[in-house]
Amino acid sequence: MNDMRLIERAVDMDDIKISARDVQVYYGDNHAIKDVGVDIEDKTVTAFIGPSGCGKSTFLRCLNRMNDTIDVCRVEGDIHLDGEDINARQVDPVQLRAKVGMVFQKPNPFPKSIYENVAYGPKIHGMAATKAELDEIVETALRRAALWDEAKDRLDTAGTGLSGGQQQRLCIARAVATQPEVLLMDEPCSALDPIATSQVEELIDELRANYCVVIVTHSMQQAARVSQKTAFFHLGNLVEYGETGKIFTNPEDERTESYITGRIG
Amino acid sequence: MNQEHISSAFDRDLEAIQALMVKMGGLVEAAILDGAKAVTTRDTELAEQVRKGDAAIDELEERINEESARTIALRAPVSSDLRVVLSVLKLSASLERIGDYARNLAKRTEVLADQRPISGPDKSLKRMSKEVQRMLKDTLDAYVRRDVELAEDVRQRDEEVDEMYNALFREFLTFMMEDPRNITACMHLHFIAKNVERMGDLVTNMAEQVVYVVTGDIPDDSRPKSDETAFISGET
Repeated sequence: MNDMRLIERAVDMDDIKISARDVQVYYGDNHAIKDVGVDIEDKTVTAFIGPSGCGKSTFLRCLNRMNDTIDVCRVEGDIHLDGEDINARQVDPVQLRAKVGMVFQKPNPFPKSIYENVAYGPKIHGMAATKAELDEIVETALRRAALWDEAKDRLDTAGTGLSGGQQQRLCIARAVATQPEVLLMDEPCSALDPIATSQVEELIDELRANYCVVIVTHSMQQAARVSQKTAFFHLGNLVEYGETGKIFTNPEDERTESYITGRIG
Repeated sequence: MNQEHISSAFDRDLEAIQALMVKMGGLVEAAILDGAKAVTTRDTELAEQVRKGDAAIDELEERINEESARTIALRAPVSSDLRVVLSVLKLSASLERIGDYARNLAKRTEVLADQRPISGPDKSLKRMSKEVQRMLKDTLDAYVRRDVELAEDVRQRDEEVDEMYNALFREFLTFMMEDPRNITACMHLHFIAKNVERMGDLVTNMAEQVVYVVTGDIPDDSRPKSDETAFISGET
């Protein structure tokens, strides 16, 4: 199985999914992201690491225009998804977010049943014509999120009744139900216990076969475990971006070295 | 990277294993000098001391292994910190081997003391051991100071040790051809010379570890090698 992935990876190696150039983000007068440029590969897990306030989450939120919802926030620069400018006037952010799904730090299921949680996205995007089709989408999404076996007998019960780890996997199922191409995860495991964390990490690794996954994490060990590429942000700058093994064994930049070895916060 | 960790206990752990390794290095340096002195002066008492002293070296290596495993388990070191732990493990393993060779010199002292004295090679043996001890000292200094240039210098100096060994090899052959009664002593002396030459190789590996700990890269194996004894026959 792992060998298969290696082959897949070799083939997809140069497939750039998201390309960002000269990205600037301002919160009012505060220049939060400075000249960030990065090429994010498809079918790869890319981790953003860095101390609090370094801009990693802000940059992640640029990738599906979540910053649009913040009045004082201004984004400049080019971000291309499959070669298309996501900030172009004709792009509908709702459609964009169907393509670029997101999972947040705290599990935030809708106060609805497990089934409705997953079916909501496909319904509003008109992805299913019949109940049978919708059932199939829900099952596939729950299976992808490794939650099907635990949830199949209680699809009508409230999503909020699941355990924290299950809720987070439900949110992942909800995110993948609309068949996104990119999955953004903002500290998806920080509210989970180690076992649930392992399950989500295993899931991230499996999702990699089909998606471009970008994860923001405070846990450097998690970044090291799940990602193939790592980007280190510091004070709004992208300091270093490269192969995860290289970043964690012999980074180029001294600031990266100081951060990953626990010398600067 | 001289900056301190936010967790000062992590700094203490890393310093502790490095201090143990340097301490071990000091013991091994002494073992080389004493071993060589015992052999060349046929001093069986000193030889006995060297043999007994090896236990302390082995013990230190074991402690370094345990402390390093602990540091890896508890601190999950990465990058330069990981290199420190890995290099300490490798350096201490090399030191342990060098210690064993020194003990072997001491062991052969007792046999040599009962043999016909062959004093010619003693001076060369002493010089060769002294050079290896100096290389080891410089390697340890280079490690402590993170001095890649000095480590590189040590790597180059191994050639001299190889040349001294070649010369001794020829000398032993001559002695043995002159008088078969010299053979036992010469065989032992040859093993001793070979052991010292091997020590030099191990010190060279250690110097490579110094380069690794600083730069993250093991140097290409382009250093000069001069052990020609594989091509020397008795007819020369």
